[in-house]
Amino acid sequence: MSTAGFAIPAELDRDLRRFRTRSLMVGGAALLLVAAGAFLNPPQFFRSYLWAYLFYIGVTLGSTALMMLHHLTGGAWGLVIRRLLESASRTLPVLALLFVPVLFGIPLLYEWSHTDVVARDELLRAKAPYLNVPFFIARTVVYFLLWVALARLLNRWSLAQDRTGDPGLARKMSALSGPGLLIYGLTVSFAMVDWVMSLEPHWWSTIIGMLFMAAQGLSALSFIVALVVLLSKREPLRSVLTPRHLHDLGKLMLAFVMLWAYLSFSQLLIIWSGNLTDEIPWYLKRLQGGWGIIGILLVLFHFALPFALLLSRDIKRSTRTLAPVAGLVLAMRLFDLFWWVAPAFQETGHVSFHVHWLDFAAPVALGGLWLAAFLWQLQKRPLMPVGDPNLEEALAHGRE
Amino acid sequence: MRSPLHGILAEFESPSELVAAARRAKERGYRKVEAYSPFPIEELNDVLHLHHSRLPLIVLIGGILGGLSGYLLQYYIAVIDYPINIGGRPLHSWPSFIVVTFELTILFAALAAVFGMLALNGLPKPYHPVFNVPRFALASRNRFFLCVESSDPQFDRKDTAAFLESLDAKEVSEVAD
Repeated sequence: MSTAGFAIPAELDRDLRRFRTRSLMVGGAALLLVAAGAFLNPPQFFRSYLWAYLFYIGVTLGSTALMMLHHLTGGAWGLVIRRLLESASRTLPVLALLFVPVLFGIPLLYEWSHTDVVARDELLRAKAPYLNVPFFIARTVVYFLLWVALARLLNRWSLAQDRTGDPGLARKMSALSGPGLLIYGLTVSFAMVDWVMSLEPHWWSTIIGMLFMAAQGLSALSFIVALVVLLSKREPLRSVLTPRHLHDLGKLMLAFVMLWAYLSFSQLLIIWSGNLTDEIPWYLKRLQGGWGIIGILLVLFHFALPFALLLSRDIKRSTRTLAPVAGLVLAMRLFDLFWWVAPAFQETGHVSFHVHWLDFAAPVALGGLWLAAFLWQLQKRPLMPVGDPNLEEALAHGRE
Repeated sequence: MRSPLHGILAEFESPSELVAAARRAKERGYRKVEAYSPFPIEELNDVLHLHHSRLPLIVLIGGILGGLSGYLLQYYIAVIDYPINIGGRPLHSWPSFIVVTFELTILFAALAAVFGMLALNGLPKPYHPVFNVPRFALASRNRFFLCVESSDPQFDRKDTAAFLESLDAKEVSEVAD
């Protein structure tokens, strides 16, 4: 197949643009609602915004990490989705911009930002050298600088590879991806400690970094699988995607589902066994007053059902069955993040399940904007990394 | 009266030739076809329809049995046989049972995989007719073999040999039983 065959055909391009406009309009409309909510109920606005934001930054960072993983390991599974991963990673500047509202919400989200509260609390006083507003903002700026720099470099080299086919670029991308993944691991761990764990500053979990990395990888993979299945209804991906590629992606999804469950359970087991007053309220809140039902839903539909379905070889190899599983996992990722963030603002012993309309509007608003940014990036380049030296071999994967 | 045959063996020099030959044999309607190669060739699985073996089911059953026995073992010990108050927790404290349950699931599934595999493929097998062909030793080095077995309803000593010859086999030999 000629390399020109991977450019987005005019018809698909038009449809993507139409979808992009629609997504932007839906996102924009929801954003107006969310903005209204910000004036009507500021504390609720920031809570809803934060958990919705965590979902989209998860898909984006997970895609960036999978992209680096693929540069390191190679393999046909990654080559067919590389352009999708790259497009997601190029939305990081947009997400950096979308984080700005959270900075304004610090006083309403994080109790450690109030000097009077900290003064009365011995533990928070001890944590103040780390948990204070200027340092929090500085750290966040550093995370985004590092993420954007990694994504930019890898995307620039990938584009140059399209033009020149220079094998040295593949080596360069792989050489950056090793340290890049290390940086990803460290920054995501710190970011999740800052953004999520410090919502309840007395609580701690040493596994939170790993847990969110697994969750982000899973979100990204599920999004990409759903998308690649949709795109494979048309050329050029129709003649690229084979059951073997899907099989590989399905196996990775199974691994991430299991990793997420394993790490989530590890956190539960350690905190449950310790039964310490600083740690256990986190779970007490999330298992009482209706929140426990979400917990059970997570066990059943974030782990048990996808796990059982993904064991099957046939389900992993068919677009018709793998895409719904990916959709289910994506939906459960939203539930999981809601379960992590929303109960944080309730008092132990006085929790009750509560969903605000902003909890629906915020994910739609951010989702519309993010998807539009993603599609805009996706349309900029051919759908396959045409200069990659391993492309021929990857396309032959699953064919005779 | 000629000696009974196990089948007819064709020798190929590359995996792609073997796959092509296996496909042709299948297309011709042969069902008792066996391929021998120094390393696994994935396409062969599709051609010879080797995927739907019963091994996954055996492994699943092994895993479920392992998980159940792991959980029930701990339940029996902690709740029935030797109840101890540990930190005021309920006797049936399921979170602490999960780790062992998980490990036993893996253990039983792995054992079921190994022994199920041996039971299904009949290994270890001290004697197999294909070794009567001296060149078959190359199957563990750099040659690829396809054997049409005499138990196939379409098997015919002359026809089958002629058919295998027509596939550009490097050598075609009869396998004594």
